[in-house]
Amino acid sequence: MDYATFIQLLDSSVRLATPLLLACLAGLFSERAGIFDIGLEGKMLAAAFFSAAIASISGSVWVGLFAGIGASLMLSALHGVASITFRGNQLISGVAINFLAAGMTVLIAQDWFKQGGRTPSLVSGARFEGIILPGADAMASVPIIGPLYSELISGHSILVYMAFAAVPLTWWLLYRTRFGLRLRAVGENPAAVDTAGVSVVGLRYAAVAICGVLCGIAGAYLSTALQAGFVKDMSAGRGFIALAALIFAKWRPWYALYATLLFGLFGALETRPDVIENVIGMKVQSQLLGALPYVMTVVILAGFVGKAIPPRAGGEPYVKER
Amino acid sequence: MDVMPKWAEVVLVPLISLLLAAIISALVILAIGEDPVAAVKLMVTGALGSTYGWGYTLYYATNFMFTGLAVAIAFHARLFNIGGEGQAMLGGLGVALASLYIPWPHWTLALLGAAAMAGLFGAFWAAIPAWLQAKRGSHIVITTIMFNFIAAALLNYLLVNQLRPKGSMDPSTRSFPEATHLPTLHDILTPFGISFSKAAPANVSFLVAVAACFLLWLLIWRTRLGYEIRSYGKSESGAKYAGISPVKITMIAMIISGALAGMMAINNVMGEAERLVLNATEGAGFIGIAVALMGRSHPLGVFISAILFGFLYQGGAELALWTTIPRELIVVIQALVILFTGALDNMVRMPLERMFLALRFARRSSKGADD
Repeated sequence: MDYATFIQLLDSSVRLATPLLLACLAGLFSERAGIFDIGLEGKMLAAAFFSAAIASISGSVWVGLFAGIGASLMLSALHGVASITFRGNQLISGVAINFLAAGMTVLIAQDWFKQGGRTPSLVSGARFEGIILPGADAMASVPIIGPLYSELISGHSILVYMAFAAVPLTWWLLYRTRFGLRLRAVGENPAAVDTAGVSVVGLRYAAVAICGVLCGIAGAYLSTALQAGFVKDMSAGRGFIALAALIFAKWRPWYALYATLLFGLFGALETRPDVIENVIGMKVQSQLLGALPYVMTVVILAGFVGKAIPPRAGGEPYVKER
Repeated sequence: MDVMPKWAEVVLVPLISLLLAAIISALVILAIGEDPVAAVKLMVTGALGSTYGWGYTLYYATNFMFTGLAVAIAFHARLFNIGGEGQAMLGGLGVALASLYIPWPHWTLALLGAAAMAGLFGAFWAAIPAWLQAKRGSHIVITTIMFNFIAAALLNYLLVNQLRPKGSMDPSTRSFPEATHLPTLHDILTPFGISFSKAAPANVSFLVAVAACFLLWLLIWRTRLGYEIRSYGKSESGAKYAGISPVKITMIAMIISGALAGMMAINNVMGEAERLVLNATEGAGFIGIAVALMGRSHPLGVFISAILFGFLYQGGAELALWTTIPRELIVVIQALVILFTGALDNMVRMPLERMFLALRFARRSSKGADD
């Protein structure tokens, strides 16, 4: 494999890792606060549709992004009402949200655009374009570092840079602020947080809302940056891969970055079977690569290679004692 | 003491949840500019107005009975098996291998053999997550989700690379031999002088599904094992104290669950397609969740809600055919049913409980006044 191919592979890994990373961090906030969220997939899908639809109607990708975040937040609110206020089963609520998004996006798309459940292709201005970082063109001819900078680091859409910036931000918020300490505490021992006079319900709603915003950006990235428009079921299981990455990362932000980059690389390799064949000298089934994140997550969950221990109060609705 | 009388628990709560789901669905239909009343009429005539419609309704209902029972038995042990979809895919593989590679003399034997293989394959696919939950403490919901994707990748690989006949572009097995073809309801009912649509896919598997409902009821409420499963689901610590092994119950409940989900394949793979195709399950494993929730995990409830979902599926297909309402409306209804009967259960239950409490106090105080 030559250097150019290598850079190309990493470049597409970054592109594919971005939605996973955003969704993974979204799940991290929610689950660290004790709210399981298997509805990441549905929230991404809803956001993907609404950002593409509104961007196509308004002609502005930013308006689209906010519409996507709004749609995702609506589903987050539903999840919050079901699992925090009415203390329902968080997993069942997540399943319902996934189906709701899968059905409603096609229903509304068909009603608005009459194109068989898709949005019109987005033209320039209604999508996020790649940003050429300063000096990228000038540096392109420099050996080794040149392509690294101009191909791999430069040229992504703003959402990619936002996703990568979200990692240190999440770390800082969780581990260096009072809010973060309380958020983590509410996922481990909500009774203690309640005793300290801090609202368990308020904190959990805040976490679920942050989760909604991040899922919204992830969905918008799918339909307005990675692709140009919404198609039916376009999240294609990414919400579940993000969930897998979250377990792989043991609910920690920096590890979330590594896990999603690794899963992004698997995705990139899936489209380039020739590269694998060149490097390891034998053919690897693309289905095997596709299933690898799931298999690895099961192995990690089983605790054979470093045990993943979830937040202790995860999935349990909090009932105040009287 | 229970706050609500039993009939309210069993009938009123699901009925109100269902009503809420129906109202919102009607609003959705209105919002996309169609008439909900006309839509319901079309669905009823399309799904129940002819033996052809009934044939499809019962065909779908058969799938949902198997997957609904699978989710229900796991619920009794307080396990959430989201993996019905993957287990049903593996069941399909079992049916295909049994039908293709064993020369069956008659369809009855083929049905027995294929059902056993389907159950075995499905049970195997559920047993791994069950073992990981029981022995290693990995969350069964996450592992069963992962196993759905692994199953999809596995079947994709097998159908594209191994089972596909040479020269065929279609990722599916060759057609099963004649001896494994199951009799349809048309074949079964004609000797009794009842004419039933020949084109509809409902087949003898429907009767197997009904039998499975009854057998599961026997198991849950009339056997020691069923009692152990239920007590483990009600209180793990209490069950442990009574000498019930959590590992054993988790394994057994999930193996039964996986076997039931896998056995769905005798209907869709053996009874209808008569070959294994890609994505043969068509999401029936997930509909099992809605069916089990709506049926309150009781086999009779599962039977009724499976028929209701069969009606929704066939009716939804008719809607998509004759109106501008896409098939995805069914997915929305399914989501609303899961939401109201599952996640928002307390929203329906809490005001009802308050009402019944108030009624009871009113009755008691009026009685007190008489004395």
